[in-house]
Amino acid sequence: MASKQSSASTAQITGVYLTGPARLLRNVALSVISFVWLVPTLGVFISSIRPRAAVATTGWWTVFTRLDFGFRIQNYHEVITTHAFGRYFVNSFIITLPSTLLPIAVASLGAYAFGCLSFRGRNLTFLALIALMVVPLQVAWVPVLQVYVILGLANTYPGLWLAHTSFVLAFATFMFRNFFAAIPKDFFDCARIEGAGDLAIYARIVMPISIPVVASFFIFQFMWVWNELMNALIFLQHPSKYPLTVAIRGLLSQYGSEWYLLAAGSFVLMSMPLLVFFLFQRFFTYGITTGATKG
Amino acid sequence: MGPVGHNTRGWLFAAPVLLLVTLYLVIPTIWTVYFSFFTGGFRPAEFVGLNNFRRLFTGDRLFLDISSFPWSGALINNILWLVLLPAGAIIFGMTIAVLADGHTWERLIKIIVFVPMVVSNTATAIIFRFLYNMNPRIGFLNAVLTNIGLEPRPWLSSRNYVTLSLIAAAVWIWTAFAMTVFSATYKALDKDTLQAATVDGAGEWQKFWLISLPMMAHAISFVFITIFIQTIKIVDLVLVATDGGPAGASRIIGFSFYWETFQNLDVGYGSAIAVVMLMLLVPVMILQVRRFKAEEQ
Repeated sequence: MASKQSSASTAQITGVYLTGPARLLRNVALSVISFVWLVPTLGVFISSIRPRAAVATTGWWTVFTRLDFGFRIQNYHEVITTHAFGRYFVNSFIITLPSTLLPIAVASLGAYAFGCLSFRGRNLTFLALIALMVVPLQVAWVPVLQVYVILGLANTYPGLWLAHTSFVLAFATFMFRNFFAAIPKDFFDCARIEGAGDLAIYARIVMPISIPVVASFFIFQFMWVWNELMNALIFLQHPSKYPLTVAIRGLLSQYGSEWYLLAAGSFVLMSMPLLVFFLFQRFFTYGITTGATKG
Repeated sequence: MGPVGHNTRGWLFAAPVLLLVTLYLVIPTIWTVYFSFFTGGFRPAEFVGLNNFRRLFTGDRLFLDISSFPWSGALINNILWLVLLPAGAIIFGMTIAVLADGHTWERLIKIIVFVPMVVSNTATAIIFRFLYNMNPRIGFLNAVLTNIGLEPRPWLSSRNYVTLSLIAAAVWIWTAFAMTVFSATYKALDKDTLQAATVDGAGEWQKFWLISLPMMAHAISFVFITIFIQTIKIVDLVLVATDGGPAGASRIIGFSFYWETFQNLDVGYGSAIAVVMLMLLVPVMILQVRRFKAEEQ
């Protein structure tokens, strides 16, 4: 969908030569949109660094009208130590990393089969995987949890890793397979002539070529799992194992009106995806425009 | 060729994917469909035929209530979501993609719009609880209203507003997705056609409606389908923002499933809701498979 043409070219023909009222209108519209999209997050951020007493008595916007700054990180300190968000941050990491790496390993093997090999039943099986991408997790949660309770996988990280992995596999296989299938067949033929087996071709040719799509998936899945609430809520029962998403829900039910605390807690949760986004922006456009979205 | 046959090798590489997907999606789906004909908590107790479904559509006011106008319940709310969320995201996404294209601040504007997409639904729910807060010393929206002489409104605590307020939050999230797809498509449009139209004296408005928009039809349907699927599955945004309240007024189907199953431990009934969700998505499944087949040929 995305092309390699320079980003300004359509603009040169369409928008850039706007003059007078049209130009003004465009700038006004874009300013209003930017304001609306910025303000909700900005308000929470400013509240997260305002003193507790100030948050409780005046709106966050008064820091601009009264030029009353005096920011501090006390709220973060409280939420990280007193409310154990440091621990939950680590838990989020423990949950997220394997849940991101495992599907890459499993799905890339499958994608190699569907994209680079031909075998009886291949096309039909792949179509079934595409259909499975749409299945709502609501039909899977209860039976999986029941089996987990029997096997002792409930309330364990491996159980959650496997669930995250399995739920994203159809999508990951689809994404990788589309990339693999576009690799020129000559690559494979040459390697075969030189006596390379499939495992060698997969590991030494296909995977190295596919770094862009693997990186894109890694980033998306990392953010997806980090931000995910429902699987953790359903498969983990003990608070000491909670990730940040579940922990902040607990904070909300206990301190629902303590906004200095909720604001800081939210930003601890948001810090990782924001960091990843600002570091790897270009992968987002690539990922989204190659169909990298799921549910 | 190695010692292992063609077919065997293919199936061997695909085996881990197929095994996990069967264990975690296929078998559970069959079990859930089976369970939907029973009552019981985490173990089917009594076979009740289609009773769970009958109760859903005729005996559960929080799921579907058409006894008085306006109709209400999770199903009606979800229909509202299915119309307004894709429409809102597509309209805003298209507007930003086209207006910001080539603008000096294009990159900055896109970053601002993209941030909601990367923070979680959980965080968004908290951000909007703050924005919508009733107290005009806390909630920015009500502060603005009070400032221009209006009464503060209970955005999340009145049954008249709550669903629309939540949909607005979801539009705020999903606009970035639409914007990114549309922007990439827009930049890749055929320049010669647009150039020719300019030479023929077409205005910006005409060029957009008559040339650019029709050429982006495929992108629009892709965005619509993606957001449609999400809208049926969503739970977390509603769960964290309102717990389905006030008095169940902001429930949507995915939320009802969660509440009946894990809060009320009415698992047979919850399974019936999951089956309804699956049924709603079957047409999309067929559509996706057809699309893929068409693209491969």
